[in-house]
Amino acid sequence: MKLLFDLFITFFKIGLFTFGGGYAMLSLIERECVEKHGWISADEMATVTVIAESTPGPIAINCATYVGYRQKGFTGAVAGTLGMVLPSFIIIYIISVFLDRFLEITWIASAFRGIKLAVGLLIIDAAVKMIKKMKKRPFPLAVMLTAAAAMLAINIFSLRVSSIVLLLAAAVVGLAAYFVRRAEAKRKEGAE
Amino acid sequence: MIYLELFLGFLRVGLFSFGGAYSAIPLVRDIVVQYGWLSDDMVTYIIAVSESTPGPIMVNMATYVGSTQAGVLGSVIATVSVVLPSFFIILLIMVVLKSILKNVYFQAVLSGLKPCVIGVILAVGVYMTARSFLSLSPSFSFDLKAAGLTALFALVYFGSRRIKKGGISPILLIVFSAVVGIAVYGI
Repeated sequence: MKLLFDLFITFFKIGLFTFGGGYAMLSLIERECVEKHGWISADEMATVTVIAESTPGPIAINCATYVGYRQKGFTGAVAGTLGMVLPSFIIIYIISVFLDRFLEITWIASAFRGIKLAVGLLIIDAAVKMIKKMKKRPFPLAVMLTAAAAMLAINIFSLRVSSIVLLLAAAVVGLAAYFVRRAEAKRKEGAE
Repeated sequence: MIYLELFLGFLRVGLFSFGGAYSAIPLVRDIVVQYGWLSDDMVTYIIAVSESTPGPIMVNMATYVGSTQAGVLGSVIATVSVVLPSFFIILLIMVVLKSILKNVYFQAVLSGLKPCVIGVILAVGVYMTARSFLSLSPSFSFDLKAAGLTALFALVYFGSRRIKKGGISPILLIVFSAVVGIAVYGI
């Protein structure tokens, strides 16, 4: 019981103090789970990061589920994940009750008109940072640019196509590229 | 039924948000537009609120949409359903499928998915930025004031990196843009 509570409180703290999400949380998670509590080793922390990158969902929640399960099985996973999600849930719930009414106040509406212009820049910035970390080979670059062009067209012409369609198509293309590479490698082998 | 729609909608977001916090934004835009839950402007505001409050953007957006559409129960359902896919996928990997990470077919799928996510996020960022001062349909319009402010924000945000390593934080940019908004658009 004590351990469950510790898991919950630790991830509650992490959930409460990590702004902006994503990789900003990793250092805090590492400090709490590896250094302070010794719940997972530094090596395992690296594994969690890889798993998180290959699975859907925010990295912080992936970490909470992983560490919770490692320590106390299914209930531990629930305690960790719940602790991680609860702070932002409470805060956003309170905001959601007031935001509409707040936006009717002129100066707040003005502030949000300014904010609106900045948000797109933040998203571009996030994408550019991801591009910088990406392997600059022809295949990923081509997929990235095609996806960007398709998504832009979808938005501009208000097409009723979900971005999920693009993701699924990209998954198929990734598989196809693998089979082509494998076939080519085999043919070379045969030629030798 | 709204609860079922929230559940299925955000389950979809949770299931497909590969590649970090921002990958949820295009998916959330998809479903809120499809169901008519939020306007595009409102989506932008929620992103700003999410950036300024703790927690992953995906969870924040689910809580907000759920709450405004169907109260406390709605926000609980949306939040739980957005987390559910990644929760069970992690458990699945830990319990039975650890080897899937090294599986060549899985890696091949990821090799297509990852760059695609980046492209989609880039396109959404570019579109949201351009849309705030430029409109092509129903007729061409250009808002010079908004374009000027956007240029100013870009200059401050990206320019600050030349002065200080890492530059100013997203939250600071949001605060700055709010203050400028009030100054320009009035109290």
